[in-house]
Amino acid sequence: MTTAEKTRGRFGIYGGQYVPETLVANLHELEQAYEAVKQDADFAAELELTLREFVGRATPLYFAERLSADFGGRVFLKREDLAHTGAHKINNALGQALLARRLGKTRIVAETGAGQHGVATAAACARLGLDCVVYMGALDCERQRPNVERMKLLGATVVACEAGSRNLKIAINEAIRDWISRPEDTHYLIGSVVGPHPYPAMVRDFQSVIGREARAQFIQREGRLPDAVVACVGGGSNAMGIFAGFLDDEVELHGVEAGGRGESHAAPLNSGSPGVLHGALQYLLQDDDGQILDTHSIAAGLDYPGVGPEHSYLKDNGRAQYHVVRDEEALQAFKLLARREGIIPALESSHALAFAQRLLAQRPGLSVIVNLSGRGDKDLPSLMERKLL
Amino acid sequence: MSVHALTAAFERARSEGRKALLPFLMAGHPTPQAFTRNLAEAGEFADVIEVGVPFSDPLADGPVIQAAAAQALKHGTTLASTLEVLGSRKAGPPVVLMLSVNQVLAGGLQRFAQRAADAGVSGAIIPDLPFEEQHEAREVFTRQGLALVSMLAPTTRHERAEAILKHAQGFAYLISVAGVTGAREGFAPETIEYLRRTAAKSPVPVCVGFGIGKPKHIEQLREHADGFIVGSALIRGLNEGQAVREILAPLRAACEAALTTDNQQLTTGTRS
Repeated sequence: MTTAEKTRGRFGIYGGQYVPETLVANLHELEQAYEAVKQDADFAAELELTLREFVGRATPLYFAERLSADFGGRVFLKREDLAHTGAHKINNALGQALLARRLGKTRIVAETGAGQHGVATAAACARLGLDCVVYMGALDCERQRPNVERMKLLGATVVACEAGSRNLKIAINEAIRDWISRPEDTHYLIGSVVGPHPYPAMVRDFQSVIGREARAQFIQREGRLPDAVVACVGGGSNAMGIFAGFLDDEVELHGVEAGGRGESHAAPLNSGSPGVLHGALQYLLQDDDGQILDTHSIAAGLDYPGVGPEHSYLKDNGRAQYHVVRDEEALQAFKLLARREGIIPALESSHALAFAQRLLAQRPGLSVIVNLSGRGDKDLPSLMERKLL
Repeated sequence: MSVHALTAAFERARSEGRKALLPFLMAGHPTPQAFTRNLAEAGEFADVIEVGVPFSDPLADGPVIQAAAAQALKHGTTLASTLEVLGSRKAGPPVVLMLSVNQVLAGGLQRFAQRAADAGVSGAIIPDLPFEEQHEAREVFTRQGLALVSMLAPTTRHERAEAILKHAQGFAYLISVAGVTGAREGFAPETIEYLRRTAAKSPVPVCVGFGIGKPKHIEQLREHADGFIVGSALIRGLNEGQAVREILAPLRAACEAALTTDNQQLTTGTRS
């Protein structure tokens, strides 16, 4: 539990459990189970072993020497792209799948944007013998096709959601509706630090392994703490995971939202206002009537009108700062990392890289950890199709 | 209109020996003009009318009501336009709004309650505002004489149901099945048991919603409920070009038939 959680399920005013009555019993059950496993050494040992042997943790902290020279500082990459299935999502997917199995659930539903959480969940379910249904916006199915095929290969059923904006928001709507319809045998394995309590805290805890490792690795290598930590923020799980390791340190925390094409974007912390979406009070993009607005980002995983309640809290109290990077800047950073370091990052993570470049241009010489939350192979077909490479 | 209007409406149905009928219409669906007409026509059959204010991301709704909301939003339906229609009604049964918590919070809780009361609304159902999060809204609503209608689900645990019912205002909304809105074929024995148990403890009338679309549904559950909420079946009928009266008349008849059946059972009970 961080200092932010002063009352149950709230980060300051944010968070809560704004869900239909049908789901309340499930959330209470999940809350109790999660509180129990937090104290359970066996659970911790099982998760730790699985993360080591199945996921390949710890992931490296890599000093990007040529990129550092370009940017004018010291740039370290936390290589979550090297985690099994290609992104940080697997940390949380395995944690929750193990918990679901303890609860006696036999069926997992999940939403996915870029497909990384869907693939991670499908892999975790295959590994633990659980049925898996993944909801994915139809637009995202098109732009992240390789991940759709991977999920199917891993035994998951992928449901393309055709409603409205056909992206992550719609996928979450459908996953929640599925869960409402089968609350007894199904666990909703949410992929980010969003949703009703206890999800934001639980997902952060499962992702906090990123921050713990990064902090220890940096200190071991450099003998000090970094000046700043940078991570992209859609719902915000990779950012919360790495921030969690540094919240009590004198280290700057920078979250990077998707600026899209400028006018149409996905940056609720920068351009939104507090409201309730998907079960929690948070910053979100909405009109005066409380209708949720459509978003745009080149990165499917950032294309979401809301953001985790803890990020909303960290923005208000100033502990973290949140910035905006546009599609074209992210795309540039994507290509740059490939050429300079031989690493193809996810378009999502490329937003964080682009901001690190901006930060070091303004304040040269800083030591910065960028959370490289995922790898970019999934983005190639869509980028090539649109002639953006 | 106020919470008292709801109480009076159920009282009247009971004294006339009927079960109450609560049709649900989506504001602005299928068009704003048709909604205004349908609202008046539904008034002839309804004891209370539920009016949905369309939301971009309704979590508890099935495909029929989702589509109706999307259509209404395309027509430019807002809370303001909905309240304008409701405020200009000259007569008709009491209205409760059904909307998402974000629509209530967007302009501020106080202002929402004020505007709703000014438009003659009697209360609101906010499906994503469960009991634990209701405290502030209930206070504000009470000051305006509005009912915050409580929902119960088959998954609601016993002690929690008791707490919810203790605070219930106007009527209690019983979700018949774990799932989203939409008519279904029939009801499981557990549903009937859950309904019976809840109704026995409730200080306010108990109305069943989700999956009520045909007279046989009302017949199956009528012994244990005070009223029936008909949403998706009505919206679907309207989509298929049926008139409100065509859809509601048989349901109203099923609600009225309740009298005879109840009386017969009562008589049989007395004899044995």
